[in-house]
Amino acid sequence: MATTKYTKDHEYIRIDGDVGTVGISHYAQEQLGDVVFVELPSSGKAVKKGDSAAVVESVKAASDIYSPVSGQVVEANPDLEGAPATVNDDPAGKGWFFKVKIANPAELDELMDEAAYKAFLDTL
Amino acid sequence: MGETQAGPLLTTPLHALHGELGAKMVPFAGYDMPVQYPTGVLAEHNWTRASAGLFDVSHMGQCFLIPADGRFETAAAALEALVPADVMALKPGQQRYSQFTNAEGGILDDLMITRLGHPGHEHWLYLVVNAACKDADYAHMRAHLPAGVALKVADDLALIAVQGPEAVAAVATLAPGLAGLKFMTSVDLPLDGIWAHVSRTGYTGEDGVEISLKSADAVALTRKLLADPRVKPIGLGARDSLRLEAGLCLYGHDIDTTTSPIEAGLTWSIQKRRRAEGGFLGAARIQKELAEGAPRLRVGILPDGRAPAREGTVVKSADGQPIGTVTSGGFGPTINGPLAMGYVNRRFAEPGTPVLLEVRGKDLAAKVVTMPFAPHRYVRG
Repeated sequence: MATTKYTKDHEYIRIDGDVGTVGISHYAQEQLGDVVFVELPSSGKAVKKGDSAAVVESVKAASDIYSPVSGQVVEANPDLEGAPATVNDDPAGKGWFFKVKIANPAELDELMDEAAYKAFLDTL
Repeated sequence: MGETQAGPLLTTPLHALHGELGAKMVPFAGYDMPVQYPTGVLAEHNWTRASAGLFDVSHMGQCFLIPADGRFETAAAALEALVPADVMALKPGQQRYSQFTNAEGGILDDLMITRLGHPGHEHWLYLVVNAACKDADYAHMRAHLPAGVALKVADDLALIAVQGPEAVAAVATLAPGLAGLKFMTSVDLPLDGIWAHVSRTGYTGEDGVEISLKSADAVALTRKLLADPRVKPIGLGARDSLRLEAGLCLYGHDIDTTTSPIEAGLTWSIQKRRRAEGGFLGAARIQKELAEGAPRLRVGILPDGRAPAREGTVVKSADGQPIGTVTSGGFGPTINGPLAMGYVNRRFAEPGTPVLLEVRGKDLAAKVVTMPFAPHRYVRG
């Protein structure tokens, strides 16, 4: 069964075997407001944990999306170019950003699980 | 936007109402202001273009210039020493856009100047200046105004803008005579019993009004206006995207002490007599640029792709040489795409000129365009 983990920057990674699907949390999309443009990494790009891997732009500002883990990008969401508002409408589902082949599974242990992330949001 | 000052934030008379309406508040020019309401920036922007948006702009500075001798010409002459607009030509009730210039011809602030039309007050000038600049503007005027002209800062006034194709009809339900008010003129009248100074003007490119009234009446009038289903509250986020699509300058970004009104494309706001006569701070530079052309010009820039180019983005010529900088950039909901304005070397200012925008290390194709991006829909009467 896929588990989902979270960063303190409000990215999530849904883990399915050795591939993680990265997106932003409901809280993050709410804070950003209307998303009008998403810049995604190309397939094959190597990313390091904490690197800026994508950019999401709302009407007002641009924000970096950091990769929750190190690895290689295997796919970027092709639907976001034409429909960036999907990030607002369905952040946990159709609004995913990219999929990454996880290089070092131990990095996942440093991320928050659902309960820990909820507790973290309560502190904000 | 959003310059934060040290110390506690100031509030407008509508502050509690913004909370009640679910606004997200941010610091702006020292005030705690609504950046958006629950529907969000896109919906607020589109609502304003389609119907009518209500904006709390009470943070802006409102003041009066009052000549001791009771002659309008005395007040007009005093202000003309500080701004390049023809103030003397204003008829009672008429309004003009202008700038406070400095001795180098840069812009200290931009402002609206109105000659009051109310009987007995036709010698008064009413000014609206930017919130972030107001204290400096007042000091500047105090330092330069002659003894016979008093500056009266009106801290007891609120300012509410209602903008959009339905704005005048909505406000006119409270004062039927308003429908005939001409663009860039004003009138003093009661709105359903609340005395107000109403100007047909705005900062969105749409038809609409700005309403100056006693702070104590601001909540009551706002509630009356919001009771009309055509009117919804709009935050600073949409105010910025609306003015950007309209090609209007934001002080501190698109204009500042280094830019002249000529470079900024505001030559239209300097009437013929003032261009010829000068007689305002910085006239030497401004008249030189009028005669010879400015070295750089503010232009509209339309990216070919979907990526917005933000303030500070380097603008390059098609062959990759730096030629300017973006001063405002973002996404325009009405044009449904990215848009920007900025300064470029005048050789590249012709509409249609291909340029490059350096966004996150990549040169993105764009072109210089004529502003506004979204057509102005002022009702000139």
